[in-house]
Amino acid sequence: MPTPSITISRPQTGTGNSGLSSSSEAASLARKYPVIDAIRSGRAHDSAVHEAMQGLDPVLDVAGFRLWYGKAQALHNVSLSVPRGKVTALIGPSGCGKSTLIRSVNRLNDLIDGVRVEGEMSLAGESVYGASVDVIDLRKRVGMVFQKPNPFPMTIFENVVYRLRIDGERRRSFLADACERALRSAALWDEVKDRLKDSALGLSGGQQQRLCIARAVVADPELLLLDEPCSALDPVATLRIEELIHEISNRYSVLIVTHNMQQAARVSDYTAFMYLGRLVEYGPTSALFQTPRLLETEDYVSGRFG
Amino acid sequence: MATASRTIRERITRATSAAMFGVCVGFSLLIVVLLVMVLVYLFTRGIDTVSIGLLTQLPTGDQNEPGGMLNGIVGTIVLIGLASAVGVPIGVLVGIYLSEYSNDRFLPGPVRFICDVLAGVPSIVVGILGYELIVVPLGGFSGWAGAGALAFIMIPIVARTSEEMLRLVPRSFREGSLALGATKSQTIFRVVLPSATGSIVTGTLLAVARIAGETAPLLFTAGYSRFLTTNPSEPFPSLTIQIYQAAQSPFPAQQRMAWAGMLVLIVLFLILSISIRLVAQRSVRVAT
Repeated sequence: MPTPSITISRPQTGTGNSGLSSSSEAASLARKYPVIDAIRSGRAHDSAVHEAMQGLDPVLDVAGFRLWYGKAQALHNVSLSVPRGKVTALIGPSGCGKSTLIRSVNRLNDLIDGVRVEGEMSLAGESVYGASVDVIDLRKRVGMVFQKPNPFPMTIFENVVYRLRIDGERRRSFLADACERALRSAALWDEVKDRLKDSALGLSGGQQQRLCIARAVVADPELLLLDEPCSALDPVATLRIEELIHEISNRYSVLIVTHNMQQAARVSDYTAFMYLGRLVEYGPTSALFQTPRLLETEDYVSGRFG
Repeated sequence: MATASRTIRERITRATSAAMFGVCVGFSLLIVVLLVMVLVYLFTRGIDTVSIGLLTQLPTGDQNEPGGMLNGIVGTIVLIGLASAVGVPIGVLVGIYLSEYSNDRFLPGPVRFICDVLAGVPSIVVGILGYELIVVPLGGFSGWAGAGALAFIMIPIVARTSEEMLRLVPRSFREGSLALGATKSQTIFRVVLPSATGSIVTGTLLAVARIAGETAPLLFTAGYSRFLTTNPSEPFPSLTIQIYQAAQSPFPAQQRMAWAGMLVLIVLFLILSISIRLVAQRSVRVAT
């Protein structure tokens, strides 16, 4: 697993990135971050997509994707391809649209009134927003884990096999096998194998989140979406989940949203940096963190703004 | 001199605060005292007549040896059971609609408003409605008509409490279920409704407690019968009507039986209320 070190090659400026107290400061900031400035002014800009991203086998293709919450546009012409069998991270400051984008993949945003989308998105070659798409079917092909662990108020066993039960599966042996496999994938089997009939709500936060991961992978989804899965967890639980993500990336394609850049650096193969609903830079993680194309990216990942 | 007036103002403020506290405590104690008074009064008037015989015998025709209230007790239990069998499923389904399926297209506002209005309709009006709609076509009083009238009273109560309890189920459960590819109805019946079961049961028991004590609707629908019957096609006995009739009688023995019946009814009501609280507390503990 690559662990790029984040080197600071330029000294901190005196004013840092605090409020724009004079127009000359604003102008110099605009010159320093032309892409950010273009985004803020609403001008068109080019996303810096590294050449290494070409020619990869994509599990998810996003092309010119736009989304509005009522009148407010939240995603502006986002285009990226998520490679199959790898971990791709979305980073960016709060409100940059990473959660919106990830929730658009399994069309959870459909639940919100007034959401409108344009553009293309396709999962393994099949359209996500086409007219004849069965949303239920789509969601079955994609697994999702949320920021706050949300196990159902049922037994651990029932939580894990829920996905299979809604398909009508009733064979006890099949369900038991699938449950064990999923819990092993989530590195939770040894801790709960003797208490599968206990309520899932009795588990610790980290265990509950691993249970949610098991629940999401029990039917081998084509893509696993993780929306800030460690935000609500303590550092020890966070570390275990990060190790887990590394293990399951051998079997599943993972798209993870995180506001923790160091986590993105530890865990992902590819990273996309978003800002105000737009894709700024996208490339292999080591390249994005060590030799980013844009100054904006470099300063964001080294913590100079955001 | 500013110091002196500030002290007086302060003293008035503090005195007012203490007085308000006293008023609130006083009225709370008053309520408790009133309830205790009612219970004690019923107890003293009825306890002499309450006996195993009262609970297990049927009323004789004899004015001086009135017998027991078994038919009324069994009748009320049967009526509650029949009314719940209809009222609870319908009420819960309406509650599910109001909570889960309402949106800009299927307006919940009118349905909710109608439920609230129906919940406030005087029960005698429900009785007369039952008379016109069930008793007249069927040609006589019946347990079905009585159960129907009670169900009519139950449904809006169960619907509104079910809606409130379903709304309390966290949104994260629904999102988690839908994200796994469940349909909306699978989500409701596999996750949301089971989560709210404890609280919905509590709401249902409250509705049951309400209809157990209803008299006016039964006057026009179930009528009364001196006999122990579980056939709802005939005029049907109930504890409340039995008390009503016994209380109107000029014979002291029957009046004493009325007091005993009221005591039995209140005790049943207390048992039901305490059970509701226990169920509610247990479901809260399970949820957390």
